[in-house]
Amino acid sequence: MTSTTVPTTTVQVHRVHIRATPEAVWEAITSPEWTKRYGYHSPADYDLRAGGAYRSLPSEEMVAHGVPADGPVIDGEVLEVDPPRRLVQTWRMLFTPELVAEGFTRLTYEIEPEADGVTTLTVTHDVTDAPITAASVSAPPSDAGGGWSVILSDLKTLLESGEPLYR
Amino acid sequence: MKDDDTVFHALADASRRELLDRLYARDGQTLRELTAGLEMTRQAVSKHLGVLEAADLVVTRRSGREKLHFLNPVPIRLIHDRWIDKYTEHRIAALVDLKTELEENRP
Repeated sequence: MTSTTVPTTTVQVHRVHIRATPEAVWEAITSPEWTKRYGYHSPADYDLRAGGAYRSLPSEEMVAHGVPADGPVIDGEVLEVDPPRRLVQTWRMLFTPELVAEGFTRLTYEIEPEADGVTTLTVTHDVTDAPITAASVSAPPSDAGGGWSVILSDLKTLLESGEPLYR
Repeated sequence: MKDDDTVFHALADASRRELLDRLYARDGQTLRELTAGLEMTRQAVSKHLGVLEAADLVVTRRSGREKLHFLNPVPIRLIHDRWIDKYTEHRIAALVDLKTELEENRP
């Protein structure tokens, strides 16, 4: 018997260019008012200092589907904060016991101004030893949401047009 | 700002698509790793990676002395959201219309 080892992707890098200021991009990532408007529509709750807590609260849609309204759906800890340029945190999805068991992954947001009022946002997600999380954050759009590509495409459209991409 | 032309141009080459496939199978490879097993010179691979990087389909990261290449799927997502969805929706709508029409005209 021979076994084939499938190589595991340990780091995922997603980059998008957005016609917006670094401050606007920072706000869109860290404020509950903005995070409600794209991606999973989950309000973010950040204590923006090293060692501070991070929680992503369930969206109205999630609550309508039976997710408890009081508990977070993603949790983590803020590791580095340098507004509006860099945010490093741990990140763990709490939707299923299997996801909880994978533990915390490491997520880095880097925000760089370019010329002509364009800002580059790079999201680096270290998903080492977290294969279910890795599959989830690289997923195409579906009823269950989608991964970083989908979220960042939605975020870009929202910041540039004022309207979200998906409804 | 990367435009659609840059992305379409980068994708319009079998060697570059193969490099993307290799990164899809295993992300974060060095130039040496990406060249292994290919019938291309290191210089050719390096040039192709440059085109992919200019189109933002590949993002590089330094890890110690090594330069690692990562597949960035976001430009493809943006093209999908901008172009593909639009046409597939029409196509699906057309099929639904056809089905409705055929069913209504059933003898």
